[in-house]
Amino acid sequence: MLAGIYGLLSASFFVSMDAVDVAFTEAAVGAGVFPLLMLTALTVTGRFEQTAHRRPRAAFFLVLVTGALMILGTLDMPAFGSPDAPAHTHVAARYIQLSPTEIGIPNMVTSVLADYRAFDTLGEVVVVFTAVVGVLILLTSVDQRQRPSPANAVETMRGHMILRVVSKMLIPLILLFALYVQFHGEYGPGGGFQAGVIFAAAIILYAMLFGLAKAEAAIKPSILRLLAAFGVLLYGGVGVVSFLTGVNYLDYSRLAADPVTGRHIGILGIELGVGITVAAAMILIFYAFAGYAAGRAEAE
Amino acid sequence: MLANIVNLLSSACLLLGAFLIISGAVGVLRFPDFFTRMHAAGVTETLATTLILLGLMLLAGWSIISFKLLLILLFILITSPVASHALTKAALHGKLWPLVDGKNEQ
Amino acid sequence: MLIACAVAILVVMVMAIVRALLGPTIYDRILAVNLFGTKTVLLIAVIGFLFGRPDFLDIALVYALINFISIVGVLRYFEYNRSEEGGSL
Repeated sequence: MLAGIYGLLSASFFVSMDAVDVAFTEAAVGAGVFPLLMLTALTVTGRFEQTAHRRPRAAFFLVLVTGALMILGTLDMPAFGSPDAPAHTHVAARYIQLSPTEIGIPNMVTSVLADYRAFDTLGEVVVVFTAVVGVLILLTSVDQRQRPSPANAVETMRGHMILRVVSKMLIPLILLFALYVQFHGEYGPGGGFQAGVIFAAAIILYAMLFGLAKAEAAIKPSILRLLAAFGVLLYGGVGVVSFLTGVNYLDYSRLAADPVTGRHIGILGIELGVGITVAAAMILIFYAFAGYAAGRAEAE
Repeated sequence: MLANIVNLLSSACLLLGAFLIISGAVGVLRFPDFFTRMHAAGVTETLATTLILLGLMLLAGWSIISFKLLLILLFILITSPVASHALTKAALHGKLWPLVDGKNEQ
Repeated sequence: MLIACAVAILVVMVMAIVRALLGPTIYDRILAVNLFGTKTVLLIAVIGFLFGRPDFLDIALVYALINFISIVGVLRYFEYNRSEEGGSL
């Protein structure tokens, strides 16, 4: 839970350094979803760690040395905000100068992320997808029988009447806000990653309050698995389409008659892909952990 | 003239809100048991948040910014008491009893 | 005025962290984190005005959402496995 505070704090740093988009992501992921997944993981693994009898001196020494090396490394870095730092002399200047005319959207971070560096972002989406596949393989292949049947799944938090009613009111608003973040990403801070996480957070809230079985009935895991793959496919598909129009992979300039409009369409498409994948991935991971924990509790 | 009055009002709101959150935090730090701390936090939180956001809204004037502030305000007004309620209820379920006359009574 | 307000919020955040670290029970810690979260929302809004960057309000809104959700999550999991003594985090 203190990790949640850490998330909030680092987001405040980013806010004060004017990196709105990074702060946004940190807000959604670091402060919200990460502690939740951490807690579910804790319920899976059990509360108590076996106490080690060996004093790990060597490990402590190693940590000290690594930390010292890292601090040494930062000494070598250019002064904060100095104009001749490598980050400012390379391609960044070109991005910043040409982004308004070439792409024509106000949020520069989105244009760098989704257009100039679209290939990197594709890699990130694939990483998220791979993570989900890994979690699913690890947690569902262990014992399929352990999953609780919906009939005798314990409905937790039945006592919290007020909480349930208010959450029922709030969940549609949260979903709406996630969509706003998704499609407003070109103009303000936001975009696919953040929107996906917010969307997933709303579903996770529902699953926590009304029981996993109900949430799985509303949004089926099989559909989610398809959606997670579909998001990556959509991203790659936009690239293939732009390939077919005769330019490079993920270069959207010929998707419409006017290159600026084409870039708009391309960015919207891949952001949608990112959002779908991230949301489906987060919900799937939560389902997997929570289902596994419930199965363990039932088996005991 | 009107702008002056609006500025004055928003300053007053901001200062009052700041005072309230500080008093709430002092309460959270110094009160003896969980339920009194909850009282200090929960009671000041809604009014202070309302005042501060109201002050900012007065500064912003009629715009989308004010609307967003209003959204945040509504959201906090809905969730904060609910969170307090749920937390207190959980504490009671967890066999935590209030202090009465300086000692724990079952 | 805005600066005074931001400083007051920062002071409150420090106090909340102190309570979260001291807090004898889990519930005290959760209360402190909740307080911290709400104050962060306010701080972001005020800082947004200080820097003249109204974009920040979106983040504040996300915080308000996420704060609530994480409090509910934490509560659920501590009510769920309270069977042990329920000491440190």
